[in-house]
Amino acid sequence: MNFSEIFKQSNQLCRISPDGRYLATCVQYRLVVRDVNSLQILHLYTCLDQIVHMEWSSDSLFILCAMYKRGLVQVWSLEQPDWHCKIDEGSIGLVSSRWSPDGRHILNTTEFHLRVTVWSLCTKAVSYIKYPKACQKGIDFSRDGSYMALAERRDCKDYVSVFVCEDWHLLRHFETETQDLAGLEWSPNGCVLAVWDSCLEYKVLLYSLDGRLLSSFSAYEWSLGIKSLAWSPSSQFLAIGSFDEKVRILNHITWKKITEFEHPATICSPKTVVYKEVEKRPVRLHIITRNVCPTDEISQPPFQIPVVKPDLDRANPKVGVSSLAFSADGRYLATKNGGFQVHALSWHSNGDSLVLIGKEHLCLCYMDTEDKSTDSNIWTK
Amino acid sequence: MGDWSMTSPLGVSMENSEISSISRVTLSSSRQNHDSLYSSSLPLSKSSHNVLSAFCIEENVPQCILYINQELSSLGLASMCIATPVEATLNSVPALNAMYELLQAQRRSQRSLEALEQDLLRTSSTLEHLQTGNYRLKDQLELLKREKSGLHEKERQLQLKIETLQSCLKSEKEEIQKLQNIIAGRASQYSHDAKRKERECVKLKERLGQLLIDKRDKKLAIDVLNYLGRSDGKRIQWKTGKAGTSHEGDMYKSLLNDYEARQQSLMVENSELKKVLQQMKRDMMYILSPHKPCAKASPGDDSPERGFPPAGLEGQDEVGECSRENLDQSCEKAREQLTYSIRLQWRRLKNHMEKLDSQVSLAQTQQQSGSEEAVPREVHEEEMQRMRLEVQQGKDFIHTQQQLLQKQLNSSFDDETAALLNDCYTLEEKERLKEEWRLFEEQKGNFERERKNFTEAAIRLGHEKKTFEEDRAAWLKNQFLNLTPFVDRKKYSLSDSQSALSIRSEPELQQSYTPAKLTKSSTYNEFSTTYSSISDGLPSTTELYRTLHLIQPETRHSKRGSWQEPSSPIRAENLFGKSKCSVRCRDPCILSLDKDGDSPI
Repeated sequence: MNFSEIFKQSNQLCRISPDGRYLATCVQYRLVVRDVNSLQILHLYTCLDQIVHMEWSSDSLFILCAMYKRGLVQVWSLEQPDWHCKIDEGSIGLVSSRWSPDGRHILNTTEFHLRVTVWSLCTKAVSYIKYPKACQKGIDFSRDGSYMALAERRDCKDYVSVFVCEDWHLLRHFETETQDLAGLEWSPNGCVLAVWDSCLEYKVLLYSLDGRLLSSFSAYEWSLGIKSLAWSPSSQFLAIGSFDEKVRILNHITWKKITEFEHPATICSPKTVVYKEVEKRPVRLHIITRNVCPTDEISQPPFQIPVVKPDLDRANPKVGVSSLAFSADGRYLATKNGGFQVHALSWHSNGDSLVLIGKEHLCLCYMDTEDKSTDSNIWTK
Repeated sequence: MGDWSMTSPLGVSMENSEISSISRVTLSSSRQNHDSLYSSSLPLSKSSHNVLSAFCIEENVPQCILYINQELSSLGLASMCIATPVEATLNSVPALNAMYELLQAQRRSQRSLEALEQDLLRTSSTLEHLQTGNYRLKDQLELLKREKSGLHEKERQLQLKIETLQSCLKSEKEEIQKLQNIIAGRASQYSHDAKRKERECVKLKERLGQLLIDKRDKKLAIDVLNYLGRSDGKRIQWKTGKAGTSHEGDMYKSLLNDYEARQQSLMVENSELKKVLQQMKRDMMYILSPHKPCAKASPGDDSPERGFPPAGLEGQDEVGECSRENLDQSCEKAREQLTYSIRLQWRRLKNHMEKLDSQVSLAQTQQQSGSEEAVPREVHEEEMQRMRLEVQQGKDFIHTQQQLLQKQLNSSFDDETAALLNDCYTLEEKERLKEEWRLFEEQKGNFERERKNFTEAAIRLGHEKKTFEEDRAAWLKNQFLNLTPFVDRKKYSLSDSQSALSIRSEPELQQSYTPAKLTKSSTYNEFSTTYSSISDGLPSTTELYRTLHLIQPETRHSKRGSWQEPSSPIRAENLFGKSKCSVRCRDPCILSLDKDGDSPI
């Protein structure tokens, strides 16, 4: 593997464009756009303040740069470098900013989640959405980009509004049966919306596109509930990771649990392959942020995972299944349990390899596609 | 008892105190007897008087006195002579003293007896008292023991109860602990959230305050160089009610599409499962039904097969059902029918399997006990017995035969003569046998030879016949041709030549065969005679041979087989070979003769 030279970046803002041709990085208040193959700087834009958030539009023509402190959003065009767009939220402040799926609207969430402003780059229209909910995941777009689900809270009750992204027409507005809605997620086929409650209550509600409640699922009471949730790519399964270190899979026909995966500290199953990273010599390549720590040995069962017992008295304890990711073909489910320093895990689109991104390291894991008998692979550091 | 009162005044006054004792009752009779001694006024029983009179009578008074004296002295009472030593008369004073002492002694002993009796009574009563007390105490002890065991039992149960309650308590405590932990977690979460909200609230308040102070409201605005076109290139439409409905329509369309897709996949899955079920049903029916023809063919066979002809019959019904099912696949009734039929088949299969299993187990148990195989095994055993018996019988028979033979052989003679005789007998037999063999061989050889000769003769005859015919033909021809007076000479010359030819050929043959036929056995004539008997019409062999000059007249040989007199063996062989060839080509049935004939040469 060859390595390029090191480029500066700030705030971990490096994004490759959706069409894969460009790489955009932010350095303080500058936006640098490079060609992916040659890494030549194609464009260089200067923003008014330090860029906090940067996002490509879905058609890879525009880049959004948000500066929350100043309440500014600037949009840059790749085709026309002269084109500029600046959105000022004014005194109301800015908390988050994102593109709409069509790449022509920008949704800004104001401070204190007072409202969501939908700025259109095509027209002069501005839409406001009141009472958005400040939660883990309050806005979600369906995969085909036609609908947007927004969590709202009015009068101590949770609501979900479904908008048609084409013209921001409010399609449905319904109350949810949650105590404190923590997040919502569309199924990949865009017909079912999964809504889950905060961690104080284990509850998943499934609503159809037209707002009917299809089913609800609750595994247990009183203990801390759902930590993470993921749909399978075919929309057939819904994986729920909870604070009790278990992943429960629901099926889309009956919305009942079909299986349950545990994350025990001692693994005795012979079908499990455990890779343990052995710290041979920490190679200090300070110029590369990649850990060249090579050997993963396959440990023999029963294997004891070194678990650090977290402090359960604190809020949001570092226990439970915190991230879930299905592979692209739906064959594998990667889960992260406990307090391991893995910030994100994502699959390659062909479903063969997995990237584990930690605080300082990243790890690429390749699935053994020949050996189809392995039940689960566990990587530990 | 009545006399008792009487004795009291008569008795001495100092004994009156002892009258109250109970023991007196028992002694009353003895006292009565003793008291009767003193008082004469008592209506004494004559017996006591008689007793006394038995001891002392008027005649033996001095002896009595002496005796009493002695007794007294022996008792150690009063060593006083109650009798004067000179005269054996009773001294009254010592006698009275003695009597008095005796009375005293008597009274003393009685008193002691009474005392003893009293003591006895007392001890017996105390003993009884103690015994009753003992029994009572034993009963009490039993009761107490039972009570103790009952209490133990109760204690045990209570212990158990305590343990269960303790475990309950522990579990409850654990649950409480868990709930407390949960509550603690939730409380921390709530407090965290509350703090966050409070912080937010504070920020809001600050902001509000700031805004109020500021009054300079920065308007939110967008500054775009030029507006972009839509990403899909279309123009923006007016927001009308139609848009709303169209959106609704789109939404419902997408939902419907999804449902349809799902339904399609479910239908496909359903049909596949139905197919699988149908297949299973058919397989099950097939598994169950093939016993039907078997049962009909061999009814004496295993029992379970007989029970299944109804399966086949019902199978036909189900085939009809099958077709019905196939017709309306999606119908509820068809589905129910299918499941019902599947269940039925499965039940039947299960029954079948159970029956088979029970049969197998039965067979196994029977094999172990040996009763199912009993019939063939018994038969087998019988057969074996019979065969053994036969074998034994045969052996016995052979043995007896051997014995008899031995006995016969060793019957009347001693060993040597018996052996000699045996030898002689066998020798004689051997000799005879040899002779006969030899004769037989000779006859066989002669027979063969004759056969050979006959065949050759037959061949020659054939030849001669042929020549004769040719002669005749020639003669006739001559005759015909030479119908002249000069015929006779030619004819005779021809005939002579012919006959000479024929005759000439004979000596050659004759020469060739003479060495072969030189030696003849004596018995040949006998054979020839037999031949002559066989062939009536034909000339006898010997005559033929004599005419042909084949045999010499009356030669006799004792030996046979001295074939080693070849005059011209080579020639004979050659001729023989020729004749052999001719024989071969003429008459294949004489081939065997050649082979026979080869042996001597």
